[in-house]
Amino acid sequence: MMENTNQTSDEIRREKIPLTCIICPMGCSMEVTVETDASGHKKVTAVKDNGCKRGEQYASKELQNPTRTLTTTIKVEGGVLPVVPVKTAGEVPKASLLQCMEVVRRASCKAPVKRGDILLYDLLGTGINVIACADVGKV
Amino acid sequence: MIYDVAIIGGGIVGACIARELSKYKGHFCIIEKADDVACGTSKANSGIIHAGFDAKPGTLMAKLNVEGAAMYPELAKTLHFDYKNNGSLVIAFNDDDMEHVQKLYERGQANGVPALRVIDGEELHKLEPSVSEEACGALLAESAGIVSPYMATWAFAENAVMNGVKLFRETEVHGIEKVEGSGGAEGGAGLFTIHTGKSDLQAKCVVNAAGLYADQISAMVGARDFVIKPRRGEYYLLDNKCASLASHTLFQTPDKMGKGVLVTPTADGNILSGPTAADGDDKTATETTAAGQDEVFRKSGKTIPDIPRRNIINSFAGVRALAYNSDGTPVNDFIIEEDASVKGFVNVGGICSPGLTAAPAIGVYVADIIEKIRGKSWEKNPDFVGVRRGIESFKDADDERRAQLIEENPLYGRIICRCEMITEGEIVAAIKSPVGAVDLDGVKRRTRAGMGRCQSGFCSPRVTEILSRELGIPMTDVRKNGGCSYILTGKTR
Amino acid sequence: MELKYDIVVIGGGPAGMAAAIAAKKAGSDSILILERDTRIGGILLQCIHNGFGLHYFGEELTGPEYAARFSDQVNQLGIEYKTDTMVLEVEKESTPGQGHTVTAINTTDGLMHIKAKAVVLATGCRERTRGALIIPGTRPAGIFTAGAAQRFVNIDGYMPGRKVVILGSGDIGLIMARRLTLEGAEVKLVCEVMPFSSGLRRNIVQCVENFNIPLKFSHTIVKIHGKERVEGVTVAAVDSNRKPIAGTEEFIECDTLLLSVGLIPENEIASGCKIAIDSATSGPVVNEHMQSSVPGIFACGNTVHVHDLVDFVTAESLRAGENAAKYVQGKITASGEKIILRPGNRVRYTVPQYIESREQDGNVSIMFRVTDVYKDVYVEVSSGNEVLKSIRKKVVRPGEMQVIELATNQIESAGGDITVSIQLPQEVAE
Repeated sequence: MMENTNQTSDEIRREKIPLTCIICPMGCSMEVTVETDASGHKKVTAVKDNGCKRGEQYASKELQNPTRTLTTTIKVEGGVLPVVPVKTAGEVPKASLLQCMEVVRRASCKAPVKRGDILLYDLLGTGINVIACADVGKV
Repeated sequence: MIYDVAIIGGGIVGACIARELSKYKGHFCIIEKADDVACGTSKANSGIIHAGFDAKPGTLMAKLNVEGAAMYPELAKTLHFDYKNNGSLVIAFNDDDMEHVQKLYERGQANGVPALRVIDGEELHKLEPSVSEEACGALLAESAGIVSPYMATWAFAENAVMNGVKLFRETEVHGIEKVEGSGGAEGGAGLFTIHTGKSDLQAKCVVNAAGLYADQISAMVGARDFVIKPRRGEYYLLDNKCASLASHTLFQTPDKMGKGVLVTPTADGNILSGPTAADGDDKTATETTAAGQDEVFRKSGKTIPDIPRRNIINSFAGVRALAYNSDGTPVNDFIIEEDASVKGFVNVGGICSPGLTAAPAIGVYVADIIEKIRGKSWEKNPDFVGVRRGIESFKDADDERRAQLIEENPLYGRIICRCEMITEGEIVAAIKSPVGAVDLDGVKRRTRAGMGRCQSGFCSPRVTEILSRELGIPMTDVRKNGGCSYILTGKTR
Repeated sequence: MELKYDIVVIGGGPAGMAAAIAAKKAGSDSILILERDTRIGGILLQCIHNGFGLHYFGEELTGPEYAARFSDQVNQLGIEYKTDTMVLEVEKESTPGQGHTVTAINTTDGLMHIKAKAVVLATGCRERTRGALIIPGTRPAGIFTAGAAQRFVNIDGYMPGRKVVILGSGDIGLIMARRLTLEGAEVKLVCEVMPFSSGLRRNIVQCVENFNIPLKFSHTIVKIHGKERVEGVTVAAVDSNRKPIAGTEEFIECDTLLLSVGLIPENEIASGCKIAIDSATSGPVVNEHMQSSVPGIFACGNTVHVHDLVDFVTAESLRAGENAAKYVQGKITASGEKIILRPGNRVRYTVPQYIESREQDGNVSIMFRVTDVYKDVYVEVSSGNEVLKSIRKKVVRPGEMQVIELATNQIESAGGDITVSIQLPQEVAE
């Protein structure tokens, strides 16, 4: 993935990496310039071909601390449907997705459920809640 | 319980024999290794009721073909299964073919086939406008028809069960012993112990209608030594919007492997083409192949050029049972006889084409054989009810009847299979009927749900729920077609 | 049972709901939505992932949330709907003004004949099947279309399998690759016969790459194995004609095969009432009012052409509903003219397929799809030799529906038929 390495000084390495932005369905194919210093810290110094400002922000974030929204289902007890679709009300670290799923799998809620209800608080200590995306009535 | 007759095999032949026997007093049973009837060759074939001009005169095939074909129209009505007397055409493309057609005509005459005549190209194209311009004539057989072979099997089996025949499902025969000289007061040949995967069964007579495995069953009891070799045939099905392509069953002139690739309407309203003929060793090999599908498509194109390939909705393969003697020579006829050395054991083997057509006649023929074995005439079963009411079709009813059906049974007001317009009422009826469906394919074979252009994409979640509910089993226990064909592997939560 | 409404909307998904809402807001009070599922919301109810509504609402919603925005409105506006109700057929009126007849059934009302002055077809689409692809092999349990599997997982709460191969890199396949992985299945491969994906690039990243799921382009499945349940598939590379290359076969052990190989507009009802169907879209031919070839029968959403973004479905359906209401109010008059819209170079189809009035209230949106991936091109709308509009585009893809707006004056100045094409820079006259 390293296309141009450019030793400007003995301490900093610069590379241009292709990155697809996933913020919106456009999926802009961006070119991101990443600088790595002597201690290994990476920094996005330039972003090209992003369709909007959010692409720039995404590039930095994806490099430093990639996060994702988790959408899944939670078991409903006593409801007209067995599960309710849910989402994290914010993004959780990408690396924690499968662990988050473990927690979600063990969780359950009681009908009736209303869209927006918080079904899980502070998922895996991320500070992010899991909220219902649909209503599920009581049987 | 000692059965008077135990029939091994719940295909069309076993079902027809059972239904025939159920007219008489006695205890009868069908032993079927799959979880349903019609799970072998009976569900995967052309569905054709042959007129009878193909079979060699003087053979059992010829006799029973013509007799069976004549029985179908009435039986379809009394037992309520789809049958259409659409007639067949053996199409000639050149002079050689026409000679062959003439030979078939003569053979038909010898076999006593009714309503048979040779027609010219003009009349052919009037009857079938989509047939190739190259076609120059044909043999027209007006007594030929089409059935749904699995619906017919189910209808016969169900009427048999309604009249007291016991059906053992998921019961595979592992061994058969004859207890010699234990004929009892009834006379006859003796007593057989049938060892199965479940419990042992006892019967005075055994009928071997085990299809592809008839040779193994015969060997178990030391009866006639013959070999069943599988011949796999591939088919494709066209969307029912192509139904106007053919109204008769269209054959090409037969070759040494059989009747060749045909194009036919089906009783379900599709167009079916096939089969190929691939001989092998694996009796369970029902896969389709790229080469096989190409072959069917190519050959069907000779009869009807420009068959729209993009309208193919499904392909399948069936395996037919060809009988060979122990010396390797083909038997070239049905084997239907009381075994020469094992008295009371009746082989009904090598029932390949025209087996489906002959089946009802085989039923009568075998009943006669057993009557002779018993040494006394059959007594009529006073409770025999020969009429079977199947499931009323919502799709085939007019609006007034449809409204009534929903009033009588609200489940007729919910469409489950939208491609074929099959309601929940029909699906529940299919599950609850005397020989009820126990899996998705069983529902499909009884109602057509899942046979449409979306190939159960829409209805299978719903049919799975209905099966789970009606059978009282978890969703994860619902199967496609017996064995370990589970649809779902677990719950998510 | 005999009923009568001004407008009957067939389908209560995003298309049907939007059409009904627009019709109501345009002044129609007699509207009935007929929905075959147990709730309105359509396919969105099982699309529990994010990514809906960025255009229309300016925020990213999950499918159920997007659907709820509309079903809430349907309820607030007091629009009538019947669920668990299947439409069997629509019979078009034999004399103008008589009203079309919609035949529908459910378990409580029985069989209904519903007279409608206008009908809106919003019946969505269906998935292409294994049978239609003629994939060789056995026919075991464990083969699902991606949508059917999605329903099992997200609505019923069941897993279709544990070791999965997915054929097709369309969005549904990609989404299910992620979904099944999150639910503990092993997705061993996503296999795509084309050299590119028809799905969104963001889905390639967040559904496949982020989970280290192998993705092979120019590959297809040549055989399915397994007697009772899937035991594996044979995968092979394909050549430029998409034919398998002998010698490249590879057996992959799995117990589940998911098919995401195309969506086809659902047009049983349209064919039944003899509406003209465009063979390029497999959907009804419509004009700028989303009216079909039969006066008073409108269509919108995936039933007209398969969409990628539900926001476009909403826009198109609002138009359809508004025009259905106007039709009932006698406000739509055909000018007698018919300007045909033609797909030109590198364009597969346009919707609408024709424009019926030279005078328009506003812009006409022309939606179209290109035949291949093209970079640095011009979208050109022309009539005869005259270029009505030309827009530079960095990249256009078959999997991303395009829209171009034509202003009233541009339509008025069209000499005859209008063609939408993709022109390469060297083809464009300076």
